[in-house]
Amino acid sequence: MTSPKQALAHPASSVEAAPGSQPGAARGADGRGTPPEGKGPWRSRLYRWDMKASPYVFIAPFFVIFGAFSLVPLLYTAWYSLHDVQLSSLDTQTWAGLDNYKNLLSSDFFWNALKNTFTIGLISTVPQLMAAIGLAHMLNYRLRGSTVWRVVMLTPYATSVAAATLVFTLLYSWDGGMVNWLLDFVGIDPINWRESDWGSQFAVSSIVIWRWTGYNALIYLAAMQAIPADLYESAAIDGANRWQQFLHVTVPQLRPTILFTVVVSTIGATQLFGEPLLFGGVSGSKGGSEHQYQTLGLYMYDQGWIIGNLGKASAIAWSMFLILLIIAAINLLVTRRLRKSQ
Amino acid sequence: MTTSELTLPQARKEGRRSRRVMGAGKQLHAGPVTYLVLAVFALVSLAPLVWTAIAASRTDRRLAETPPPLWFGGNLFKNMQTAWDEAGLGTAMLNSVIVAGAITISTVLFSTLAGFAFAKLRFKFSGFLLLLTIGTMMIPPQLAVVPLYLWMADLGWSNQLQTVILPTLVTAFGTFFMRQYLVQALPTELIEAARVDGASSIRVVWHVVFPAARPAMAVLGLLTFVFAWNDFLWPIIALNQQNPTVQVALNSLGTGYVPDQAVIMAGALLGTLPLLIAFILFGKQIVGGIMQGAIKG
Repeated sequence: MTSPKQALAHPASSVEAAPGSQPGAARGADGRGTPPEGKGPWRSRLYRWDMKASPYVFIAPFFVIFGAFSLVPLLYTAWYSLHDVQLSSLDTQTWAGLDNYKNLLSSDFFWNALKNTFTIGLISTVPQLMAAIGLAHMLNYRLRGSTVWRVVMLTPYATSVAAATLVFTLLYSWDGGMVNWLLDFVGIDPINWRESDWGSQFAVSSIVIWRWTGYNALIYLAAMQAIPADLYESAAIDGANRWQQFLHVTVPQLRPTILFTVVVSTIGATQLFGEPLLFGGVSGSKGGSEHQYQTLGLYMYDQGWIIGNLGKASAIAWSMFLILLIIAAINLLVTRRLRKSQ
Repeated sequence: MTTSELTLPQARKEGRRSRRVMGAGKQLHAGPVTYLVLAVFALVSLAPLVWTAIAASRTDRRLAETPPPLWFGGNLFKNMQTAWDEAGLGTAMLNSVIVAGAITISTVLFSTLAGFAFAKLRFKFSGFLLLLTIGTMMIPPQLAVVPLYLWMADLGWSNQLQTVILPTLVTAFGTFFMRQYLVQALPTELIEAARVDGASSIRVVWHVVFPAARPAMAVLGLLTFVFAWNDFLWPIIALNQQNPTVQVALNSLGTGYVPDQAVIMAGALLGTLPLLIAFILFGKQIVGGIMQGAIKG
């Protein structure tokens, strides 16, 4: 139906491709079938109504749930962000205009959280996706027990954020921690993973990397298997070795998939919350004694439910959303340019 | 549903694809270096989980000593018992089964209906509505939690399970996943034939769509269960230790004021065990589902 190139992981393009390339489906069961004769006009009217209404009935649950629990709350969050809403006195909500936003822009903690979200996002996403591509490349070889390898790489995904973070917190601990003990073997002095700036940010990032590398490798693997073999054959004829084939055939062919995983990981990184919360232990919502790893998601939780300022928390939520919209716009531009160049 | 039934369509598809397109590696056998590097990746993937079990079988005092323990001790069941009692893991497990089970059944059902409509039925704005559905995946849950929290408090629903079930009854991911599958797996002629026989939409769904969608429904069910079991942000806001899910219980274990690391590890192990068992039983299907969700269209 679609060329393998189009079939790569990229929801947006596949949706656009679908109606045109699926004449059979589009013609589909849209009510051309004739009801059996001789059952009266009432019956056939009911039948036609059924044809017309059923698609909307089928998609209704999704849109009702989305409307009630995402769209309307999203708008309310905007409304609350313009109000003074305190957890301790929920009944009195007074208009505050842009005060919450002004408050944020002049708060060092907000800029600190924004910076941390960006830094942790960067050091968790970039190595993760690079490792995932390498891993996918190896999983794409003819392997003995290939399914077992794939399942093993995915097991961290079965571990919840909470469980994984509790374990990693212990692995990174100062007293008897596994990581420092291993570093000692290589002759590296113990690192204070809880207190130091980059140490704690690296530790939090490593939890994300551990949980998601295998998952992304499977997505790349699926895309690699859709690359036409003759591209490799002609590269081999031109004298490219395996590494050159990987660089000049695999990576360019994966470009849409890479873009897709970058977007998904960026969305995930923007809302990073559970890992820094539990890494912080008892006073987790502060993100460390110096707020070293307080992310935007954590800052929002801290302001909303620990401090009790839900209006400010709403403003933080909307700031996150605006950041994501900007990223989406950039992504759209890059995608356009990619498609033009192809 | 048997395992062979689950894997069948995928295996067929893979066979067909491998004749047409083949990744570079497919023909090449992996060398010893590849196996070695893969073994390192596998070790990094599994070691933290194995070590969780080791730490859970020790004492808090032993875990603070250097070198860290590398083999099992004798306290595993005692620590599990303590975690079970202190963190209310019994209630938490039951609650998580109820929550994840309800979300899974409803997500699979509604996603299949919506996915079928988007894949095979023609209606106004269908293209736009599908794009909108995909677009909603970009909205972080943070954008909803403040109003949801206030409404649930108004309704007197604080700390009740329906607060965490209702918002996730159907997902955009599930809808898109089923749509992608049904576009290919459901022959349009089958629907037309049923229509010619005068079958109503409900009959078409029951007798044609569900049978064709069953393998993908099973995979979506597994993925949804994993997602729902591990969901974190909204549950820890909506619920507390009086009526927790597993993640809420683990959160209060981890932020408790008397941290016994061995007990915490035992709790983490217990809370992950159901999913680890699911991965051992259905790992192949889950891997297939993730790879299938990534391509095609």
